[in-house]
Amino acid sequence: MGRRDPVSGRWLLRDIDLSIVRGDRIVLAGPNGSGKTLLLRSLCLLDPIDSGEILWHGRPPRNIPQFRRCVVYLHQRPVVSEGTVEDNLRWFFSFKVNRNLRFDRSLITEYLRQFRLDDRFLHKPASLLSGGETQLLALLRALSLQPEILLLDEPTAALDVETVPLFERFVFQWQREANGATVWVSHTSEQIKRVAGRVLHMENGTITREDK
Amino acid sequence: MTTGYVQLTFFQVAIAASLILINGLLSVLLQLRLEWSLLLAALRTVVQLLLIGSILEWVFAADRWYLILAVLAVMTLVAGITAAGRSQHRFPGIYCNSIVSVWASSWLIGSMALFIVAGQFDHWYHPQYSVPLLGMILGNTLNGIALGLNQLGESLISRQARVELALTLGATRWEAAREVVQHAVRTGMIPIINSMMVVGIVNLPGMMTGQILAGAAPLDAVKYQIVIMFFIASATALGTVGVVLLSYRRLFNDRHQFLHWLLRN
Repeated sequence: MGRRDPVSGRWLLRDIDLSIVRGDRIVLAGPNGSGKTLLLRSLCLLDPIDSGEILWHGRPPRNIPQFRRCVVYLHQRPVVSEGTVEDNLRWFFSFKVNRNLRFDRSLITEYLRQFRLDDRFLHKPASLLSGGETQLLALLRALSLQPEILLLDEPTAALDVETVPLFERFVFQWQREANGATVWVSHTSEQIKRVAGRVLHMENGTITREDK
Repeated sequence: MTTGYVQLTFFQVAIAASLILINGLLSVLLQLRLEWSLLLAALRTVVQLLLIGSILEWVFAADRWYLILAVLAVMTLVAGITAAGRSQHRFPGIYCNSIVSVWASSWLIGSMALFIVAGQFDHWYHPQYSVPLLGMILGNTLNGIALGLNQLGESLISRQARVELALTLGATRWEAAREVVQHAVRTGMIPIINSMMVVGIVNLPGMMTGQILAGAAPLDAVKYQIVIMFFIASATALGTVGVVLLSYRRLFNDRHQFLHWLLRN
């Protein structure tokens, strides 16, 4: 799979060959500008790819919104919309592919408890959240879609030191329960050690090495 | 009420033109440095209007359908190009979108207008009606299209992250872009709605004033104006919706991807 810069025509990603299976814990490592974020964006088909293809359960995904609901990308700096945290956890249920899902308050409350937060968090205006709280909101948002793969772009960069292990443990627990897969972009070697089942080293838009 | 109107002599026009000297004097006194722009603008007003006047005289006299059609086509083309040119955020295909939208909306509504207003004449292309009618429709449609396009580009850039977030959470391209599209159409429609709100109170439309000056009974002129306002409003709506939707189709592909880089150049 490859992707070109739409303006200059330069290849931004090339010769990417990657398969993700249930339970996978993949870390993308590599210097800034090596294409980690672009790879995540291409994996969920947010950006067009210019060579190769992405197969989902053996076939090219036909219904792309449905595919993105299953392969959720979490932006490095998540955006929030107007309103409270709860509003932010509700609005996307109106999308056609999410119609069969419901906002599950008790599940969210249960999730929040694991981060030592309570229902009051839901009533906060989302625009006043700290960077770490916004990441947490983004994670809850993604999980309420009941995805199969989470694409996490430096999810803990904005979290304080004590919350990082909570976050990681929480994601692992979700992975076990949902039998999902995760792809992490990470810069810290300690996190890579804790998180990774497989480490893919990227350089200049391609995967140069894989460690298990 | 008599028909017929006071014909202006070129001497009278020259007296009016000399009033621009007041603007020039003010500009010098207040050091606005607008003298040259004013002079140029005044000259352009005179030259452009004289030019179109003589062309219209000639076309009216020749009374050939293909000549009139050519004039109408040039007017439409210029309107389409101008509307796209005013947008701050251009993308490949913007001119095509704009011209198509202006053309379709103004000619559709324009031919309805001709049919209703000029239906009793022996030929539809009667230039006394077709040219000014289309001109009025175009002028307003152009505004709507320019505003709508500009707003679409602007909101898509400022809300790119939000649009992409919606896409990552399973939105179709329409679900992701709907608010931005609605906002752009609304922005394009504001001027015509505003002018319909205050017409006759704050401003007397140029066409109506012109007809009254030329000796028409005020109520007759008003009837024309009402008809024209609705034609203009519907053409503006069609044109704005058209251009915004066409542009949306260009900026979002059928794989529900937002081609945001098209807006950057």
